[in-house]
Amino acid sequence: MGSCSSHVARIPDVDQILRETGFSQASLLRLYHRFQALDREEKGYLSRLDLQRIGALAVNPLGDRIIDSFFPNGSQRVDFAGFARVLAHFRPVDEEDATIRDPKQPEPLNSRMNKLRFAFQLYDLDRDGKISRNEMLQVLRLMVGVQVTDEQLESITDRTVQEADEDGDGAVSFMEFTKSLEKMNIEQKMSIRILK
Amino acid sequence: MAFRSWNWLLWLMAFACSEASSYVNESSNSTAQLAPDAQFAASSSDPDERISVFELDYDYVQIPYEVTLWILLASLAKIGFHLYHKLPHLMPESCLLIIVGALVGGIIFGTHHKSPPVMDSSIYFLYLLPPIVLESGYFMPTRPFFENIGSILWWAGLGALINAFGIGLSLYFVCQIKAFGLGDINLLQNLLFGSLISAVDPVAVLAVFEEARVNEQLYMMIFGEALLNDGISVVLYNILIAFTKMHKFEDIEPVDILAGCARFVIVGCGGVFFGIIFGFISAFITRFTQNISAIEPLIVFMFSYLSYLAAETLYLSGILAITACAVTMKKYVEENVSQTSYTTIKYFMKMLSSVSETLIFIFMGVSTIGKNHEWNWAFICFTLVFCQIWRAISVFTLFYVSNQFRTFPFSVKDQFIIFYSGVRGAGSFSLAFLLPLSLFPRKKLFVTATLVVTYFTVFFQGITIGPLVRYLDVRKTNKKESINEELHIRLMDHLKAGIEDVCGQWSHYQVRDKFKKFDHRYLRKILIRRNLPKSSIVSLYKKLEMKQAIEMVETGILTSAALLTPYQPERIQGTKRLSPEDVESMRDILTRNMYQVRQRVFRSLVLFTVSSQAAALLGLENRELAVSCQTLSYNKYNLKPQTSEKQAQEILIRRQNTLRESMRKGQSLPWGKPVGTKNFRYLSFPYSNPLSARREARAAESTDDDGIDPGLQPLMFRAHPRAGSLQERRQTQAMIPMKSFHRGEKALSFSYRSNSSWEEHAGWGRRDVIRPKPLFYAVDEEYESGEQTEEETSATGSRWIAQHRHS
Repeated sequence: MGSCSSHVARIPDVDQILRETGFSQASLLRLYHRFQALDREEKGYLSRLDLQRIGALAVNPLGDRIIDSFFPNGSQRVDFAGFARVLAHFRPVDEEDATIRDPKQPEPLNSRMNKLRFAFQLYDLDRDGKISRNEMLQVLRLMVGVQVTDEQLESITDRTVQEADEDGDGAVSFMEFTKSLEKMNIEQKMSIRILK
Repeated sequence: MAFRSWNWLLWLMAFACSEASSYVNESSNSTAQLAPDAQFAASSSDPDERISVFELDYDYVQIPYEVTLWILLASLAKIGFHLYHKLPHLMPESCLLIIVGALVGGIIFGTHHKSPPVMDSSIYFLYLLPPIVLESGYFMPTRPFFENIGSILWWAGLGALINAFGIGLSLYFVCQIKAFGLGDINLLQNLLFGSLISAVDPVAVLAVFEEARVNEQLYMMIFGEALLNDGISVVLYNILIAFTKMHKFEDIEPVDILAGCARFVIVGCGGVFFGIIFGFISAFITRFTQNISAIEPLIVFMFSYLSYLAAETLYLSGILAITACAVTMKKYVEENVSQTSYTTIKYFMKMLSSVSETLIFIFMGVSTIGKNHEWNWAFICFTLVFCQIWRAISVFTLFYVSNQFRTFPFSVKDQFIIFYSGVRGAGSFSLAFLLPLSLFPRKKLFVTATLVVTYFTVFFQGITIGPLVRYLDVRKTNKKESINEELHIRLMDHLKAGIEDVCGQWSHYQVRDKFKKFDHRYLRKILIRRNLPKSSIVSLYKKLEMKQAIEMVETGILTSAALLTPYQPERIQGTKRLSPEDVESMRDILTRNMYQVRQRVFRSLVLFTVSSQAAALLGLENRELAVSCQTLSYNKYNLKPQTSEKQAQEILIRRQNTLRESMRKGQSLPWGKPVGTKNFRYLSFPYSNPLSARREARAAESTDDDGIDPGLQPLMFRAHPRAGSLQERRQTQAMIPMKSFHRGEKALSFSYRSNSSWEEHAGWGRRDVIRPKPLFYAVDEEYESGEQTEEETSATGSRWIAQHRHS
């Protein structure tokens, strides 16, 4: 924790980040402090090791994948902008935002679609835009763990894919994924209040 | 349909008349009673005494007789209510119960009959109230409850307090106005009245909500309020009664008030604590009841009741105790008890609570029509007005505050609905009725006012809330209907917890995670029999499949070999040949777990269906076996062979449904297995009696390519002609599913036909046959004839019948 100043101006590119992510200044500042706390060697960026050091994440079944989601495109470092960008997906959806948003601008990062995209990428490791049966199986295996046998897992996977798969290609595309979740209140499930 | 419902209504009237006549009879009978007695006495001295051939002794049975009649009448009314299917949309069931009660009350009043003393303080609190609370606690959806627990506690607790004191104080001020003639009602009495009238009973409303499928959060808030409200108002009531007993208002010092508040907290928390302890004890005991499953419901009920009584002994809140007990117990008991016990518990609980509720409502109706009323326009009207005003105030202010802290704020619409759902019910009526007359000289006024408020809210608000919800277009629920949702919700939970860790903040997802870990590590080991951690995804999956299976059976869907056959292509990798050790260990497990005198019972446990997946699933490893035994526990302790067979059929059907679905998708199986393996193992069924054995034998012979469960035999026979070429048979079989799928599964029939023809083309790869082995599954690739299987079966005495399929 090298920085003594709590002024938001110390954050590089702060305006752009604020615009992209939609965080309030206070939240962004909090995130910056957290970023600095995680970045023990004060490199200015986070590596995978830094994130892996978070104890609770290590026992999270999806820990690795969550960490990977911070490092898009195979990069090994994430700077603060990237960090904030990922976390912006979890900003609670403000209903007023939706109405006053300028339709020409790109969707805010915490829109429902973007939240779903974020979740989708946790499944879709090879980034081919579809969750294949194998990818689904792997995620299931991660979450359900050793409690069930492989065969059960496979039947569950099959059923899951069947339920969502509409065009019969044996994989769940992003649209099918969103459709299967249309009734779910994603905005609430994937929002963290403190990131308001 | 309307005609039938008219029939029912007529019946109901007839029944009511019979009740009336019974009342009339009893008064005449009691007089007639004396005559034979006198006669008997007189004639005892007479050498040839006459024994009356026909006597009536109504007094002896009066109380149980009338209570039973009431309950039956209410049940008939409920049947009639639901038969006429427009009614449940219009009004909640409580309206109906009140009407029936009023009817009975009218009859009783009209015949000048003295109604049996159903309602007095001890009977109400000891017998009528606990079942109702137990049922609402047991069927509470725990996860949403605990997610919203902060808001619920805040709203229910503070709301009850605000309402009670608000109404009480406002009424006190009204009473001060000389013109109304209410000057003798002092502050304490007003406060007490306020506390009892604020006891909301929105259970009636919940039925409407469920039907309108409002969103879970709203449902939960109201449910939580219903749950906690009774407890809180009874606690308040008791405290205030204690205060009243101190006779003079001036004697009450601030110390007493503080003591009252402290008492409030202690009573609440103490009750919950007791409930949790008893819940754990009963969960622990159910761990050992596998051999005497008949006492499992008994344990559940007795322990809950005991928690209530124990808490009441110490003047703690029995209601909160029994609620906490039910919530705690449910999680562990559900896993420990057998399926039949679970069903018994569920239904018995519902039955008990509905009986209690009925009795209370009837009593309410009975006391409406009577002479113990006192009408005072001012008091009653102001009561009504203040109830609404204070409820509005408490809703809007409390939610305004709690919205600041929620991720999911309640909109004004939601809040309005919550305000509008403040329907009073039996709770407040009972409390009013039980006011001690000595302390409350104007008890009749209170009772009347309570009745008016209850009637008004139940009828007016109860009837209009349905349309209101629809009109306001309250956000609908998104109950999990599919396994996809379950999976994704899980993923999102983990994701959210993970991201919160990254952000470095503490939140209640982490609390929940921690609790779950603690639960898994310690509690489950102690409290759950043979602790096999069950994933909720797996249990949901099984539940969904079961549900589908049941639906299919209900719509009379036949299974046919056509469904089963296209399986050959994909298959599981590896052979599933069992090694003798596996067989042996599985047999051990079976015998250890399931052996019962009626072996047929557990045979049916292992009904597996068609796909090799299923067989593998239920198969190879011991652990898996144990898991399947555990999860198929609905069969495990089944004491009735026929139900187990039915369930076996269901599993079969469900499997076949999965297969069918996969066929529907145009692919043979999404199992992704290499083509060319063949096993279809199907499971076979035990036959419970020679008759069905014969049937099965017939089935085995004649329907050689229908590997269908003999239990479905009747259907099958009806549908499939016995003879016929393979082709034809297949066509017919393909036809049947089409017919049954009138429920609108799209293109299913089409794909059936195409699939069946495809099969014909591809040919039947091989025949699969199950060698009758002592275990339930067998994988085999040789061909055996059906006749042979039967002989073998009887020969080996294994009682497993194998079915086979051949191409």
